[in-house]
Amino acid sequence: MSAMASLMQSKQTRLAYMLVMPAAVLILVIYILPIIIVFFVSLTDYSLVSDYYEFVGMENYEKMFSDEAFGNALVNTLIYAAIFLPAAFIVSLVLAIAIQEQKQFRSVLEVLFFLPVTSTLAAMAIVWAALMDSGQGVINHVIVSIGLEKINFLGSEDLVLFSLAIISLWSIIGFNMVLFLAGLTSIPQNLYEAAAIDGASHPIDKFFRVTWPMLGPTTMFVAVTTSITAFKLFDTVAIVTQGGPDHASEVFLYLAFLEGFEYFNMGYSSALSLFFLCIIFTFALVQAFFADRNVQY
Amino acid sequence: MPSGVPLIVFLTGNLGCKMAKLSLKNIKKSFGSTEVLKNISLDVEDGEFISLVGQSGCGKSTLLRIIAGLEAQDAGDILIDGAPMNGREPKDRNIAMVFQDYALYPHMSVGENMSMPLIMARLPMHARLPGIRHFTPAHRREKPGIDADVEKVAKQLRIEHLLQRKPAQLSGGQRQRVALGRALVRNPKVFLMDEPLSNLDAKLRVEVRSEITELHASSGLTFIYVTHDQTEAMTMSDRVALMQDGAFLQVGAPNDLYANPANIDVAKFIGSPEINMIKGAVTSDQVSIGNVALPIALDAPFNGAVQIGIRPEAITINGVPGLAFANQSERTIQMSFNKRLVEDLGPEVLIHGALAVEPNRSIRIRAQKSQNYGERELFASTSQLDVQIDPSSLLFFDPSGKRISSKLKIPTHNNPVELVGAA
Repeated sequence: MSAMASLMQSKQTRLAYMLVMPAAVLILVIYILPIIIVFFVSLTDYSLVSDYYEFVGMENYEKMFSDEAFGNALVNTLIYAAIFLPAAFIVSLVLAIAIQEQKQFRSVLEVLFFLPVTSTLAAMAIVWAALMDSGQGVINHVIVSIGLEKINFLGSEDLVLFSLAIISLWSIIGFNMVLFLAGLTSIPQNLYEAAAIDGASHPIDKFFRVTWPMLGPTTMFVAVTTSITAFKLFDTVAIVTQGGPDHASEVFLYLAFLEGFEYFNMGYSSALSLFFLCIIFTFALVQAFFADRNVQY
Repeated sequence: MPSGVPLIVFLTGNLGCKMAKLSLKNIKKSFGSTEVLKNISLDVEDGEFISLVGQSGCGKSTLLRIIAGLEAQDAGDILIDGAPMNGREPKDRNIAMVFQDYALYPHMSVGENMSMPLIMARLPMHARLPGIRHFTPAHRREKPGIDADVEKVAKQLRIEHLLQRKPAQLSGGQRQRVALGRALVRNPKVFLMDEPLSNLDAKLRVEVRSEITELHASSGLTFIYVTHDQTEAMTMSDRVALMQDGAFLQVGAPNDLYANPANIDVAKFIGSPEINMIKGAVTSDQVSIGNVALPIALDAPFNGAVQIGIRPEAITINGVPGLAFANQSERTIQMSFNKRLVEDLGPEVLIHGALAVEPNRSIRIRAQKSQNYGERELFASTSQLDVQIDPSSLLFFDPSGKRISSKLKIPTHNNPVELVGAA
């Protein structure tokens, strides 16, 4: 009897492993293996142009923490995230709430705000660069026509991170808005009715007593994915500013790209990439820990 | 009581006592081209328990939501103690409501759920904002009072040990109590309930039903209770308002609706199992079923086909040991009944079949068991039973479904009315 059961169990275990295997192999080849390889490369002075390399131990990591460019890129990335994150969060939440209360044009507005998400950011970045051009840009034409001074959106060291944040906001707000809309739609209507009976009919009360707490899981998801997006800033920098003016828009990923593919310091670039991976991994961990705790159904 | 009659609104000058008289005057509501409520008028007395009952889609929930202020009526007035409520927000109407699925805030503990109405009523806006609320003097001043009131109601409902739990950790019955508590804690004038028992299992439903009745008795509040279940309406209410297609069919005490239905729809809706309907005919003042003449005189002159309603317990079975049967009154109608199946309900049996005079119309008989019951063989062997019907319990309806009142004919001789030609 028990021999029979254990035989059955081992058979089932084998089947389970077989079913899991394809996905496990894919994850191993696509994610785990490259990470291991990058880790080994980060311990060498490998350059893209030569087959010869030596193990240099932790030298790349030591260099990282004394490198001025690394510090600059980290600060730039943090400033950019500090501009981009709250805006990407608050603007899309306000938009979602406003659109949800709209009865007639809801779907039209949804599509309009979602359109930028469907476009290719690399191509749109060129359009934005043209719009924001200090000389010929349409935006500056408008600014001058209402009697203000021209703004050097992309050429000013103080403004360039703002300008890049605006481009990224334009491309991500629609996406976050749709996520928030889904979250809002899933809040049962009778909670608002109960709140109205209980006296929470003021919009501020409705928001803080019902909407905000009930949006918990959505909020967490949006916060984490948006943070990751903020730290992943690369394409607009590469196309519009190339890190300029004077390294003012040199963000973390762009630095890693420069080191690896422009200066051919693949080893150092790998070290930077691993550091970046650690940041992203932290965000993912935060989500994994808190997302479930926030679900209260 | 006929529907649609506007009733006089009594204005009570006595402000000292907590009166809660609710008046609905000519309420109308349409959704698009669908007319959901057609000219509803109703007066609910202070402390009365009234049920709005009807099939789904009859407009009962819409009416309740209009009373609550969650929905605006297209026309008509709502008055509570004579004060018009039109356009007032729900919180300004002094009402409380229990929702069908309780609508508890899932992110709040039971205590927080119950204190919500008090927080909203007693604290100013700045003392309700997250984060800073704990530092406001108003919060510090009112919080102990709110907690004490919540605890008092929680004790009353025997949920004080659950105050720290989240709704997800509660059973259906406990959630129901929390919803009641949240409504009670604000001390409302009118208590609205939208099918509060429909999410409970059958056993719990009976239990909570009596608890709500007791709550009504002890609180003395005016209760308006929406349900599709006639048993709930009959057992709990002082008065039942039966709705159909956005209008009241009949408003009255439970037994009124049962014994004196205004029309065929009321008769069919009230009572379980449903009333039996058979065809009858009236020719020159003589009412008959098939070729059986009934000792009945209709109050209004009528000729033609009538619908006759017979309650399942108005038919008794003769000569079956173990079943109680009525006294062989002189005026009972004797008939032959073809039995199809028997359901044992414990204290009584439900016998399905048809009267021999109308074999295609299904009839149910509810018969009380007596002490020597247990001879199922007898039931199995005979398919034909002799039954008697109490003529005074028959209900007559004209082809449009309207009730025709009737009375027993005084017999001219000492013989029971002859059963002629029944198989």
